[in-house]
Amino acid sequence: MMIEELHKIAAVERDEDNRFQHHIHVCMETACIASRSDHVKQALTEAAAGKPCRVKGVGCMGLCSAGPLVKVEPEGVLYQGVTPEDATEIVAKLGDSPVSRLECDTETPFFKRQTKIVLENSGLIDPERIENYIAADGYLALHTALNTMTPAEVIAQIAKSGLRGRGGAGFSTGLKWTTVAKSQGERKFVICNADEGDPGAFMDRSVLEGDPHAVLEGMAIAAYAVGASQGYVYVRAEYPLAVERLKLAIRQAKKLGLLGENICGTTFSFNVDIRLGAGAFVCGEETALIASIEGKRGQPRPRPPFPAEYGLWGYPTLINNVETYANVAPIIRKGADWFSAIGTEKSKGTKVFALTGQVVNTGLIEVPMGITLREIVFDIGGGIPEGRKFKAVQTGGPGGGCIPDEYLDMPVDYESLLKIGSFMGSGGMIVMDETSNMVEIAQYFMEFSKTESCGKCVPCRVGTAQMYELLDKVVKCEATMDDLLLLERLCDVVKNTSLCGLGQGAPNPVLSTLRYFRHEYLARIQEGNRETAFVSH
Amino acid sequence: MKQPSSHIKTLQIDGQDVGANQDETILEVARENGIYIPTLCEIEGLSPHGGCRLCLVEVKGVNKLLPACVTHVQEGMEVFTNSPRLQEYRRTILELIFSEGNHICAVCVVNGRCDLQALATKLGMTHVSVPYLYPRRSVDASHDRFALDRNRCILCTRCVRVCDEIEGAHTWDVSGRGVQAHVVTDLNTPWGDSDTCTSCGKCVNVCPTGALFEKGKAVAEMSKKRGFLPYLTQMREKRSK
Ligand SMILES: Cc1cc2nc3c(=O)[nH]c(=O)nc-3n(C[C@H](O)[C@H](O)[C@H](O)COP(=O)(O)O)c2cc1C
Ligand code: SF4
Ligand code: SF4
Ligand code: FES
Repeated sequence: MMIEELHKIAAVERDEDNRFQHHIHVCMETACIASRSDHVKQALTEAAAGKPCRVKGVGCMGLCSAGPLVKVEPEGVLYQGVTPEDATEIVAKLGDSPVSRLECDTETPFFKRQTKIVLENSGLIDPERIENYIAADGYLALHTALNTMTPAEVIAQIAKSGLRGRGGAGFSTGLKWTTVAKSQGERKFVICNADEGDPGAFMDRSVLEGDPHAVLEGMAIAAYAVGASQGYVYVRAEYPLAVERLKLAIRQAKKLGLLGENICGTTFSFNVDIRLGAGAFVCGEETALIASIEGKRGQPRPRPPFPAEYGLWGYPTLINNVETYANVAPIIRKGADWFSAIGTEKSKGTKVFALTGQVVNTGLIEVPMGITLREIVFDIGGGIPEGRKFKAVQTGGPGGGCIPDEYLDMPVDYESLLKIGSFMGSGGMIVMDETSNMVEIAQYFMEFSKTESCGKCVPCRVGTAQMYELLDKVVKCEATMDDLLLLERLCDVVKNTSLCGLGQGAPNPVLSTLRYFRHEYLARIQEGNRETAFVSH
Repeated sequence: MKQPSSHIKTLQIDGQDVGANQDETILEVARENGIYIPTLCEIEGLSPHGGCRLCLVEVKGVNKLLPACVTHVQEGMEVFTNSPRLQEYRRTILELIFSEGNHICAVCVVNGRCDLQALATKLGMTHVSVPYLYPRRSVDASHDRFALDRNRCILCTRCVRVCDEIEGAHTWDVSGRGVQAHVVTDLNTPWGDSDTCTSCGKCVNVCPTGALFEKGKAVAEMSKKRGFLPYLTQMREKRSK
């Protein structure tokens, strides 16, 4: 694949698009399909037959709670809650005034306050057509990297951009790539972590379903930079649509010589295979993930050595998250300076969040780092339904914390979240209102950690079970002050002595709710005391 | 010209200056110098596991505690093995181990000869302040010479590793997650029906508790023979050189 061929594919695709006056985009991701968007697409295709109008399936448009979503371009009209019965009317009104009953206002902060890098193609391109991706400048970055940059220059760009890992801990991507590049090994591997096990999280699924080539292109550039020739995408088997689209994308890229041997006419070769996970949360931890690919029990091992030095089958291995890879091609294409102009001093670029819970607009959002929680919850999210009061927002999944209203104006970045006892995590964001009880929330997350603990190390295996029982006592108003002290002691031990991030993070929901909502714990304990006092009299 | 890097590292453990080879762990160096670090899942001659967390030590300038059994030495490292904080953590971890199973020492075949019991005494664990979980766990007495009482298993995986790494049979494995995790033979079939078990008894001898024991032993009668392990490993290392 030479650059001229790439441009030609893009030109043909654009010409084909230009033959149509109207384009109807139908979201074909898991959430919208669940509300029958596939039937909507079918009905629209039938209604549009013979008209200067093209119907195409696209990735997530964000406002999942209002699905199925349909967008009409170039007018930019967005329809929500569309049914197959609406199809003829939508097609009939093309070029005329829109069907007002279905119209969704796109002038709201939900759409206006977002910045799209990772999701730049989501909702615009057909994830099942590589030509569509190429027409949107796809694989241009790979071409540029392979033909005009040395691996060291690629790494320098990524380092300069300030990109940090989006899978949780926020480790510098440039630094990680350097380490793998410098590690000695006969072979090297590149792994994409698409295990995404946090409750309520679906960012990575959306990227894979809506723009799979962006991830493959990022992986190929990474492989070139670190000197790997084989890649794996580790994706949970519960994501069948993502797996199907990835498989198709890999086949298409191979056919065009964008994956496989001698990519873009160079000596660089890179193959990607898919490995399915069985849905254990701990398999998202990098060393457990590697063990799982090797066919072993998915259990973490102590680090160091880090995978960068001793990874898959003992070879140097680069492991990054889906969203991290999806940032790579745009950085190479538009430059490190463009990227680092977005965000805060230490957290650059954007972050994709799955906004859920007691908030008006739930769905997938991409915001610049440094945006405040207030903007996310009240502007983009539209606030709390039915005029109820905001109470807290939970980030970081089961290893994260609950953030109370006094921090609503705090910027969202890696360091700020850590400072107040939470965690960026991979992007789950759950809004809670005044009806939520924080002890129950803490118990919910502890139940998750307890069930998902792999059982390898004592503090996490037994400690999470003990903490769960203690929380249960508090919830049932059966706990004493001694129980609370023991709970705090166990939080400290489990956090500081567990082997992997699961155990180390498991106490965080308890610690953060104890820190900001201690009175709710005390209220239940006093309630219990009153009852026992009553009984004993 | 490049200077060759040194294989010898010097470091400090509990204020004592010690020398070490670069591929040694903190635990190995501490032992050579008579410094005691508690361990339970670790056993000389088998690969490290890193699961019991009793060997955690503090290293100056590192904000996380590090397991001495797997952490390699580094030049200039300052290691602290016995701070009050570590002692407290270790006692709590031991209490968690005791709370998890059904450890009734008075009726156990290894009473008085148990690694877990000895450690509890040594680390000054006087009582268990966390509630007992009283799990329902099964016993497998289907093997004609040995038996497994999961009530006393602490999931150290010594049996799994010795069977895999030394005997080469890989009869044992761990199944289940969290507190439901338990050791199994073959594909969770009774031990007595195992096709792979060679009845060598190595697992029984490395087991730190009374979970694996020889049949026909009465309370406090069973002692474990461990001498074979370092010896076997040494011989193998020699042969492969
Ligand atoms: C219990 C646990 C679960 C994890 N799950 C995921 C996951 O689902 N996806 C992910 O990308 N990283 C996950 N991680 C983080 C990975 O270990 C690893 O740090 C990450 O994939 C590195 O990629 P990044 O540098 O691009 O963030 C998890 C970590 C822990 C401790
Ligand atoms: S912290 Fe939990 S999940 Fe991680 S190794 Fe230990 S038991 Fe397994
Ligand atoms: S049976 Fe014994 S050796 Fe095996 S895991 Fe349990 S305690 Fe350890
Ligand atoms: S001896 Fe190091 S973790 Fe068990």
